[in-house]
Amino acid sequence: MNAIILTAIWGVVMMFSGVFVKSKSVPKYLAILGIAIAFIANGIELNSGNSWFTINVHGMLATNSFNLTFIAIALGSTLIYFLLSAADVERTGKHVGEYFALIFFVLCGVSLCATYKTLLMLFIGIEIMSIPLYILTGSDKRNLRSNEAALKYFLMGCFSTGIMLMGIAFIYGGTPNASFFIDNIQAGTGKMPVMIAIGMLLLMVSMSFKVSAAPFHFWTPDVYDGAPTVFTSFMSTIVKVAGFFAFVRLFESAFGTMHLQWQKLIIIITIATLLIGNVTAVFQQSVKRMLAYSSIAQAGFMLLALFALNDKAREGLLLYSAGYSLATVGIFAVLIKMEDYTIDGFKGLAKQQPVLALTATVFLLSLTGIPLTIGFQSKFYMLMAAVENGSNFWVVIVAVLFAAISAYYYFRVIQAMYFKEPTQETLLVSNISTPFKIMLVIVAVLIIAFGIYPEFIIGWKYH
Amino acid sequence: MLGTYFTFPELMIWLPLVAGILCFFTKKESAAKSIAIIFSLLALAVSVTSLFYTADKFSSYNNVNYYWMKYLGNSLNIGMDGTGRILTLLTTLSFPIIFIATSGRSYKNAPAFYGLMLLTQAGLTGVFVSVDALLFYFCWELALVPVYFLCSKWGGEKAIPTTFKFFVYTFTGSLLMLIGIIYVYLHTPARMFEDHTQVAHSFSLTAFYNANLSATEQNWLFWLFFIAFAIKMPVFPFHTWQPDTYDQSPTSVTMVLSGIMVKMGLFGVIRWLIPVFPLATANYSHLVMILAIIGIVYASCIALVQDNLKKLVAYSSIAHIGLMCASLFAMNEVSVQGMMIQMFNHGINIIGLWIVVEMIERQTGVKTISQLGGIAGKAPVLTIMLLIIALANIALPLTNAFTGEFLMFSGLYTFNPVYAAFAGLGIILAAAYTLNMIQKIFYGEANIITADVKDIAWNEKLVLGVIVCIIFVVGVYPQPLIELTKSAVNMLVSKVH
Repeated sequence: MNAIILTAIWGVVMMFSGVFVKSKSVPKYLAILGIAIAFIANGIELNSGNSWFTINVHGMLATNSFNLTFIAIALGSTLIYFLLSAADVERTGKHVGEYFALIFFVLCGVSLCATYKTLLMLFIGIEIMSIPLYILTGSDKRNLRSNEAALKYFLMGCFSTGIMLMGIAFIYGGTPNASFFIDNIQAGTGKMPVMIAIGMLLLMVSMSFKVSAAPFHFWTPDVYDGAPTVFTSFMSTIVKVAGFFAFVRLFESAFGTMHLQWQKLIIIITIATLLIGNVTAVFQQSVKRMLAYSSIAQAGFMLLALFALNDKAREGLLLYSAGYSLATVGIFAVLIKMEDYTIDGFKGLAKQQPVLALTATVFLLSLTGIPLTIGFQSKFYMLMAAVENGSNFWVVIVAVLFAAISAYYYFRVIQAMYFKEPTQETLLVSNISTPFKIMLVIVAVLIIAFGIYPEFIIGWKYH
Repeated sequence: MLGTYFTFPELMIWLPLVAGILCFFTKKESAAKSIAIIFSLLALAVSVTSLFYTADKFSSYNNVNYYWMKYLGNSLNIGMDGTGRILTLLTTLSFPIIFIATSGRSYKNAPAFYGLMLLTQAGLTGVFVSVDALLFYFCWELALVPVYFLCSKWGGEKAIPTTFKFFVYTFTGSLLMLIGIIYVYLHTPARMFEDHTQVAHSFSLTAFYNANLSATEQNWLFWLFFIAFAIKMPVFPFHTWQPDTYDQSPTSVTMVLSGIMVKMGLFGVIRWLIPVFPLATANYSHLVMILAIIGIVYASCIALVQDNLKKLVAYSSIAHIGLMCASLFAMNEVSVQGMMIQMFNHGINIIGLWIVVEMIERQTGVKTISQLGGIAGKAPVLTIMLLIIALANIALPLTNAFTGEFLMFSGLYTFNPVYAAFAGLGIILAAAYTLNMIQKIFYGEANIITADVKDIAWNEKLVLGVIVCIIFVVGVYPQPLIELTKSAVNMLVSKVH
């Protein structure tokens, strides 16, 4: 509960910081302070099990070590994101305080998505998470593509929200005692009632849209490409994995007993997502767009958690959230500094900026899933979950073949950085400060440390 | 000291690892080079010392077990058996040879080059000593990453796409193997740790040997593992990455690839494939042997018409590995024993060949056989050395390869005379293309390209001398190598029969 309340309060504080403080850099430090407080408060709650705030939520929200760990991952990733890229948030436009305020509201939505117990709270969480993102996408006001992306995202988002509401309505009508509580949707193990089946299908479609799973992914490349890079970094990582967390929790609690009935649909979505994400990413020239497709491809791997829906899948989801977020936030932080976003723009980076190139290599290796990085551990857990699941073994084989394809586009960047000569004198927009470099190295070290000791993240289960 | 704080295999991993990291922090080429040579010699010393402590009572010197991801029933379990010993010996012996032989060559950004080479050594050693499936997988992949950078950065003009092909091939194979590992893991018996924590499954080697797998499961799991190993070896039809990669890589990396890295595939079969899936091995041994024998004949035929010196050696290597693979799957004591010592001998011989090839290429800038000629008059010592190594390569009696190939062929013959006959074609063809190559390069008239060839320098004399010594000593007295691997061979064969 700490995280929900603190992020909401701090969002308001940030909003007013823009009004009362004229200096441009104050909001940045306030934001870092705020996220650090929220992270620590959440850590204390995870450790002791007690929240600082006692509010009667009538069981509509519930915390346990599993979802508190997820919130810790989300807040921790945001903290790292702020430390790496807060200066670039400042550079986006005039309304610095508001940008940070919106990010805090998103985090409030993320926390709701992690702890919801009723479909209404899920809906509120998803909406709180999405609406600030529409604004952030369009925050580069004078850029036509940013505007286009925002409008596109907004229209598609509204559409999927409508579908989701429709689904909730069906389920509400279909449950015997008309309840919003996800544990009360007594779907049983037999044949699914028609109303619930329709409701579940609609929920699946709308959640697939939120996590950009194929064939509901069409908005993703354009929106990620059009939005200011610094916000793409945020929404393709923390927000996306929060969507996944909500997705998995919903289908596990509400429809877990009917797993085998909808597993086939998830298989279709998973394979389609892996196929489209990986194959299209291969042909991209712009690294930003490549990362957009790579985020679709990684979503395909995360969908294996829904395919398997067991203990290992839950652990894998946490590891994947952390691994994917850390590596992607890191690679975006490097990307923002580049003059030219195409792969050619990375040529010869290793010579000019060895630290940037080396850390970027670690991030890319982690995304590929090379051992010693957390990216490997997350893929390993997902595969273990999927194999343990027992049925439809071939899906696992297909998934790893696509993982092998992903090596192609991640390694193209590494090749450009290390083995090619630079095309222009300066590759970077601005000078790289030493704290930024230190921060990048810290992230790379974290990726390797978690890759060796994943207990740091999934330890909640073994205490 | 030893046994309580350090064990031999740990030292053999840590020495190159530390040295590799040290190299990255040096500025001068000479410093990096001396670090590489000194530490690789130290590792060799450790490896040789360990050969005197093989008895059971020294088990604490050779085996070690740390907790790591315990909740998965996993541990950092390192140990050496006969197979591990002979391959770590090959690894620790090859690296100083490679470093000294190529020390005349100057590399761009040398500290990084030597650093990556030493990291490769650490990874390779890790593969040969890990007794835990997940640790094995880690090292298997990690040995590949530095090699990827080495080949791409310091290779020929087409090195980047070629190396990437190699990387994707092996990466795909490893991922398939990873699924296999996970599947076997989920069928292993429960494991009780020393502190009485119980976990449902385990990655340890013994657990894998006791995994509860039906014959049908073994049948398809066999292929998930085998494809990974077949790509690494490489066995026909998974070999297409190899000639290009050998051709494009810097020669010192090619030595690592062909001398040691291909043994990873054979080692994987010995430790992780045959004993884990004995039923499937019996089932598919004919198929694998036929593939391997096709590979022998096919690669030898291509080598016969090959005009590129480096590719010729590459194809000859495919043929040799094919023979080793075939005799491994013949699964009788004689053939497996021959294959064990041949792994070592082939590594030594092929590195010797590459040293000579590198020297010719460096001095003339040419690797096309038809453009060379008459080197014997300019470099007599080099010629003699090469002749001995080449004769070892075609397994003439008194050379090291003879013992191995003789055992392999007699084992193959007891398994199936027809297979032995076809595999025997490989020897005849090997003699043809090797002697043909020597004739064209070393004899005849010297031309403009070969006019300025100088004889070998002291460092090359030293390493080639060492190699020639090993060739003769092992050729005359192979008993120590056989003793070293005998128990491992017996254990492996007993798993299947």
